[in-house]
Amino acid sequence: MAVVRTIVSLRAGIYRPGRFSFFAVGLGFIFQTAFLSIRGHAVGRCPLTNLFEVFIFLAWSIALIYMLVGPAYRLSLMGAFTAPLVFLIQVFALLAPIDVRHQVKVPPNSWLEFHASVSIVAYGAFALACIAGIMYLVQERQLKTHHLHSVFYHLPPLTDLFAAITRLLWLGFGLYTAGIVSGFFTGNPLPRRQVVAAIAVWLLYAAILQGRYLRWLAPKRVAALCVIGFSAALTLLWGITFSAETYTLP
Amino acid sequence: MNLFCIGLSHHTTNVETRERFAGHDETECILRRAGCAEALLLTTCNRVEVYGASDKHISTDDIARCLTRKIDREPHEYAPPFYRYEGEKCVQHLFRVASGLDSMVVGESEIFGQTKKAYESARSSGAAGPYLHRLFQRAFRVAKQVRTHTEINRGTVSVGSVAVDLAQRIFGRLNDCKVLVLGAGEMSERTARALVSRGVSDLRVSNRSLDRAHDLARLVDARTVAFEEWPAQCSEIDILITSTSSETPLLNPKNLAPVVHDRFDRPLFIIDIAVPRDVDPAVNEMEGVYLYDIDSLQSVAEQSLALRRQQIAAAETIIAEHVAVFVASTSRGLNRPSPTSEHPSLGESPVRASQQ
Repeated sequence: MAVVRTIVSLRAGIYRPGRFSFFAVGLGFIFQTAFLSIRGHAVGRCPLTNLFEVFIFLAWSIALIYMLVGPAYRLSLMGAFTAPLVFLIQVFALLAPIDVRHQVKVPPNSWLEFHASVSIVAYGAFALACIAGIMYLVQERQLKTHHLHSVFYHLPPLTDLFAAITRLLWLGFGLYTAGIVSGFFTGNPLPRRQVVAAIAVWLLYAAILQGRYLRWLAPKRVAALCVIGFSAALTLLWGITFSAETYTLP
Repeated sequence: MNLFCIGLSHHTTNVETRERFAGHDETECILRRAGCAEALLLTTCNRVEVYGASDKHISTDDIARCLTRKIDREPHEYAPPFYRYEGEKCVQHLFRVASGLDSMVVGESEIFGQTKKAYESARSSGAAGPYLHRLFQRAFRVAKQVRTHTEINRGTVSVGSVAVDLAQRIFGRLNDCKVLVLGAGEMSERTARALVSRGVSDLRVSNRSLDRAHDLARLVDARTVAFEEWPAQCSEIDILITSTSSETPLLNPKNLAPVVHDRFDRPLFIIDIAVPRDVDPAVNEMEGVYLYDIDSLQSVAEQSLALRRQQIAAAETIIAEHVAVFVASTSRGLNRPSPTSEHPSLGESPVRASQQ
């Protein structure tokens, strides 16, 4: 609903920032929560047992972070940018042949479930940082080229977008660190490929934050790295989940 | 009861003619003496219009005579280019005027306030009665709906307001922004005033002639900076407005690089309204620096105007719906447009007139 309304109103040139996107994403979030709850009962654990569930959980996390970040960061048009991402991830999860039921070898364990769920929620924060990064790059480009496109007329100010990027990065990084650390308490031997991939994502975001802190990276580069970083992290998430599906306990 | 509108606007006359018919305080009373049951005078810098309701036919010459400020010639002697709309056309014209579609700058909102003021004046003097009350209340509702459901008033169309709009796209709230005005020209003053009106409170002025800097600083409530010290200010400020008469660029990538390095993630917005330009265009390529010269500001203003024009069709649809509803609801009191216009050549479609 939010996607269709945004596209139609932007094309007609009558877009008005309002609460519609928030309520549409909120409604979707309720349905996602219901689905994940049913699925969780069916599999008897946190529904993160295959790629399909991971992507649905990721879409749920993006919606959750979007609603939790508060009005200061739910910037104008951010809902309009968030809704399509959630929509695309869900469409991909539903259409791709990734909902394969298989025997999960690792027994349910609260540390493991905390590790997996917090890591995916951290991905939600990285996804929103990526969205804010795209918005920053579009706004920056408009201002540099002196051409203010009507479709992107309602984009928020550069300084607000950069503040949102920075705080979302810190939020995601904090959650992801908690996710990685909790992984060491699961009591199971950790697969080397997953650990390497998880640490690679952690190092990537640590490098972005460090570059920002040491003033090596200008805001535009931070925004671009948020987009590149999330694309890389998503690819690695695929790899981690795929290898987990094929991983068997020794 | 017939509703009619007789007037002059920027579409049909120059300012010299309009000021001759600008009306005066007593106009509404005179109009009523001329036979109008109700009359309202709308005078702005772009139009002089009389909206009236009458049982009998009131000629355009009678209205012109009432409006004449300088009685040097009889109005009919030189056929003043008055347009005349009656009934449904009158309703449509007023709705377009109140919505800003008939304005020189399409979508400007000042006309809404001016129309309201004219209505309040006519109502308090007793010149406007139930017919005009109904007409104008509906016009205000239409104007609000047009603004809410279209983007007719989107963007800014003057150089000063474009500069403010761009500053807000970079910094958001301008309350904490520091502004340096380099050169005390008229455009600098206007731009500085526009920024102050949006909350800028830290304003500095620097000029080769210190006296002129003091004069401008006094006008815009700023502090003066010696001309030799302006480069040092660049690392502190957020917005630089420059309009000096320097023959060579004062800022180029080489001398701005250390400043940009010190600023790190704070953007620098430079408004260069000098001709020849004070800032090398290559500065715009620098990270975090946004340079706009007079041509680029003008270009942004034109883009906004083009966007507004794209909204005219949507606004016309809303107006047409309201005209139909209004005419249907008052069909007993409104006559159909007169088949013969006193100035048929000028009684052309208001839609067309607004697009001239």
